[in-house]
Amino acid sequence: MHSIPGRRLIMGLFLIFLLLPIYWLVNMSFKTNAEIVSTMTLWPHAPTLQHYKRIFTDESWYSGYINSLEYVILNTIISISVALPAAYAFSRYRFLGDKHLFFWLLSNRMAPAAVYALPFFNLYSAIGLFDTPWAVALAHCIFNVPLAVWILEGFVSGVPREIDETAFLDGYSFPRFFIRILVPLIASGIGVAAFFCFMFSWVELLLARTLTSVQTKPIAAIMTRTVSAAGMDWGLLAAAGVLTIIPGALVIWFVRNYIARGFALGRV
Amino acid sequence: MDKTINQKAWFLVLPVFLVVAFSAVLPLMTVVNYSMQDTFGNNQFFWNGVGWFKELLDPSTDLGGRFLASLGRNLFFSLVILAIEVPLGIVVALSMPRQGWTVAACLVILALPLLIPWNVVGTIWQIFGRPDIGLLGYVLNAIGIDYNYVSNDIDAWVTVIVMDVWHWTSLVALLCYAGLKSIPEAYYQAAQIDGASRWAVFKAIQLPKMNRVLLIAVLLRFMDSFMIYTEPFVVTGGGPGNSTTFVSIELVKIALGQFDLGKAAALSLVYNLIILIVCWIFYTVMTNAGNERKPQEGAV
Repeated sequence: MHSIPGRRLIMGLFLIFLLLPIYWLVNMSFKTNAEIVSTMTLWPHAPTLQHYKRIFTDESWYSGYINSLEYVILNTIISISVALPAAYAFSRYRFLGDKHLFFWLLSNRMAPAAVYALPFFNLYSAIGLFDTPWAVALAHCIFNVPLAVWILEGFVSGVPREIDETAFLDGYSFPRFFIRILVPLIASGIGVAAFFCFMFSWVELLLARTLTSVQTKPIAAIMTRTVSAAGMDWGLLAAAGVLTIIPGALVIWFVRNYIARGFALGRV
Repeated sequence: MDKTINQKAWFLVLPVFLVVAFSAVLPLMTVVNYSMQDTFGNNQFFWNGVGWFKELLDPSTDLGGRFLASLGRNLFFSLVILAIEVPLGIVVALSMPRQGWTVAACLVILALPLLIPWNVVGTIWQIFGRPDIGLLGYVLNAIGIDYNYVSNDIDAWVTVIVMDVWHWTSLVALLCYAGLKSIPEAYYQAAQIDGASRWAVFKAIQLPKMNRVLLIAVLLRFMDSFMIYTEPFVVTGGGPGNSTTFVSIELVKIALGQFDLGKAAALSLVYNLIILIVCWIFYTVMTNAGNERKPQEGAV
């Protein structure tokens, strides 16, 4: 009764629709540029690793990945550490302006990055953080902190209140209770929230590109360089693209049951 | 749930408040500041009052024309992708396998497009759709359809829409699947005893249970498509001409391309206000839906 007639066919077709463009990118990343431009082949006839080799040996390429990872990790750490106490407060207490604050956080998750690009540029230039990982990490907090609060709030609410009360009766101080009891209990929730902070920071380009120039260019911005006088270096572009998909593809298995929750701001 | 009133909880929320205020309120103040001024370079600013806003909302001026045109395009885009992604997402969620390893496999593949950096999504479709080297473009042209997203407006639109469907339908599907999974088996058994048809089950059991997640899905999809920038920018660059220039693309052009601070700031504020209003409407509907549901749940 759960599902509809012909579901296998529908699912199959949809999955093919999802995988085909990705396959094409992977396919191209293993072809030589001559093969890409001259013939239409469904799989690489002369498979080559030259594009990947170029990325891993050319510093201007692989440094892009390191730069991206740097601000993404910084952002994840900041987001989770400020969001944890707030999630606990929203889950357990009622206080002045709590509902308004909650809505304000939501509205920031929805704010268009394009609106903030220019003011962020001015702000971080003024305080001397422009072109450092900190600028991007802090800028990405605007959508990741609300997300982390919303996800963690759901997990904290899943912890019975009796546990808090017993711990306090046993003489635990608040910080000690928080670190020794609460954090281990919601460890999986922290993992899920961290994953989504990582992901959303990783996929964002507009702010990351605006706030960096030379030192900390993210990989996404470096990818635009494949256009040269000799034309597009399609194979290199494809290989760089494939490498940006890998982090997500690697951890997706561990969070597969929480994907909906993460994208729905913990509201499912 | 009964929560205790405790004003000291503000201390726990303070870090979040400070971080988000630093990156949201502070920049927004600069935007408000710029929106009232004009500059001729050299960091000299002149008071311009509400001049930019007047120009922005007047379609006969250059700025107003560009803004309103991109706004129209963006609304049309959002409505089209919602009309495709929501029904398709429901169908896909209903088509999920029931159990076994295929469930996990489907979940992983469904989630894959969601985790790809947005510019790479653009790159994937830029390559996939090209008539010379892309499978889609090549096949379409081979079977006699003249398809070229670089030069043809309609082809560019179709590409951008199909790309968004590819990128985000999974989100709707995953949310609906989460909603469907929360339906107890007993409901279906009761429906079977009553001899309910497949359509009746969907309408009376599955759709009401998915209400909430669908609301979230519509909210997220509307918001994200309303501020879409990277993917169409990579694929079409807003072209051909201005045919796929959405509000964010227009804004970035004015702000970072022409460095027209006043105009960009005025546009930003109006843009933000629209988002805020829509967000508030959804939030109210969402919380109301939650409140109405509670007594019912208690009664069951």
